[in-house]
Amino acid sequence: MTTVRTTPPALAERPPIHPPTLVRASMTIVWRNLLHIRRMPEMLLDVTVQSVMFVLLFAYVFGGAIAVEGSNYREFLLPGIMVQTMVFSSAIVAMGLTSDLQKGFVDRFKSLPVPRPAVLVGRSISSLIHSSIGIAVMGVTGLLIGWRVRNGVVDGVLGFLLLLLFGFAVIWLGIWVGSLMRTVEAVQGFMFTVMFPLTFVANTFAPTESMPSWLRAVAEWNPVSAVTQACRELWGNGPAAGPDAAWPLQHPIVSSIGWSIILAALFAPLAVSAFRRRSRD
Amino acid sequence: MNVPPAVEAIDLVKHFDGTKAVDGVSFVVPQGSVLGLLGPNGAGKTTLVRMLTTLSVPTSGTGRVAGFDILEQPNEVRRSLGLTGQAATVDEILTGRENLKLIGSLYGLPKRYIAEATERLFARFDLVDAADRMAKTYSGGMRRRLDLAVSLLATPPILFLDEPTTGLDPQSRSGLWEVLRELVTEGTTLVLTTQYLEEADHLADEIVVVDKGRVIAAGTPTQLKDRAGQASVVVTLTHAADLDQAAELMRAHSPEVHVELGSRRLTGQAGGLGDMTRIASVFETSGIELDDLGLARPSLDDVFLHLTGHRAESEPRAGADNGPTTEGATP
Repeated sequence: MTTVRTTPPALAERPPIHPPTLVRASMTIVWRNLLHIRRMPEMLLDVTVQSVMFVLLFAYVFGGAIAVEGSNYREFLLPGIMVQTMVFSSAIVAMGLTSDLQKGFVDRFKSLPVPRPAVLVGRSISSLIHSSIGIAVMGVTGLLIGWRVRNGVVDGVLGFLLLLLFGFAVIWLGIWVGSLMRTVEAVQGFMFTVMFPLTFVANTFAPTESMPSWLRAVAEWNPVSAVTQACRELWGNGPAAGPDAAWPLQHPIVSSIGWSIILAALFAPLAVSAFRRRSRD
Repeated sequence: MNVPPAVEAIDLVKHFDGTKAVDGVSFVVPQGSVLGLLGPNGAGKTTLVRMLTTLSVPTSGTGRVAGFDILEQPNEVRRSLGLTGQAATVDEILTGRENLKLIGSLYGLPKRYIAEATERLFARFDLVDAADRMAKTYSGGMRRRLDLAVSLLATPPILFLDEPTTGLDPQSRSGLWEVLRELVTEGTTLVLTTQYLEEADHLADEIVVVDKGRVIAAGTPTQLKDRAGQASVVVTLTHAADLDQAAELMRAHSPEVHVELGSRRLTGQAGGLGDMTRIASVFETSGIELDDLGLARPSLDDVFLHLTGHRAESEPRAGADNGPTTEGATP
């Protein structure tokens, strides 16, 4: 220790550092992510213009050709397309996370005395807000073309809560993919390849009865179908599933909750360990 | 009373999929001093900084920052340091002011303090006019300064800088050097990585030369230059006619004298300052008129060549990805 300067110059006094709790730190991240959306409203195109376009395309281009028993197609369509939007929040969270990792924001964040899960929690919440904005825009579009919530406030709210719960579950898939991939473009390519079959091989846009029986089984066991069916029934937008439909469609509310729990239980550990692994390097 | 060192690396090792990015590195940085980690691209400098700043977990070994263990007390370590990464990690979509607000609230600093410190730091770093513009409109130099302002918000006693001037134009570079020297005067300890030999020579009290994940030399800039070979005395005469006589005089003190006729310059080996003063006094009494007399030491570039057998890259690879993990191995 002979080379140590024994009297280093006095340092400027340090301000009081009170590391934030997980909740406060997550809220700060949400504030920052929402500021991004406000600065770049085009980030919302995916859930606004695109969703409205989907609603109109399906309602008016395909709608006439798709017969729905006991309901009109526009009523039938809205819950499906809302679930699809919710599923897309996993792509949104994945792209946001990869971009934060790529641009060094996560590194900067990790060098601070902050609970580390905050970056994931904050990302998840802002992605849910992002999707919810899309749901709201679609709701208004729906109201304009004749969609209604017909079964009262409680059931109506319950439907939206199920949507959010399902969104929360699929977000873990997004965090997992976002932690594994290196570029936003790769995430985008991968997520859309997965999202389209996932949201189309279901009862989202057309009834499952007319599908070949193997495809029908896949579609009816698809978690997306259960949530869609639950919303349709809660909002009074479609008939209950027929007696030959798969079990999840017979009990759509219970299975929506069940699927959400299963998906979260499956993907959350994968996501956290992938993010940790990425964070160790 | 001994002051604990600001930073210690204790046999740090980091493997990425079998590649040894860092292979047993130790060093000590006394408080208030500047350590330069010098090495070419891929030497393991960034990986070292990432381990010491708790961003990356060492495969083995450990380190201490402000006396806290990086593995056992990561939160105390994070409170004690500021980090300016290789790619300026400011949020481009946020304004300069919002960037400080973001980091300030993540530190849990009082709002009033953040506002005051922001004014102070922006004035110091010449960012007042740009404070409310999105950071994506900033020039490279401004981004680095904003990055530094963010790192200094909580007045950390120890600041890590990963290639702080890579990609900056010479003017911004010397501006940043000036700021860093000021920080040292105020008592901040700096650990900086650089591929610029000139930069290490300029700023660092101690240099650790890293190549392929290992320390290949360490010491003050002067010591390193001494290792690369002897210094030499260079004498420039006023009149070319005196060359022969001068060479004769010098040979008495320095066996090999090299004579350049055109520039009237004599170069002889010298052990150090002592030899130089001896030769100077010889010329003083001889009456030969001199334009200049000085000691020339080998440059750090010579040092690097001597130590590694290859030259240090003085410019980053064209189009190199400046992502945070490009140093060492791509995991």
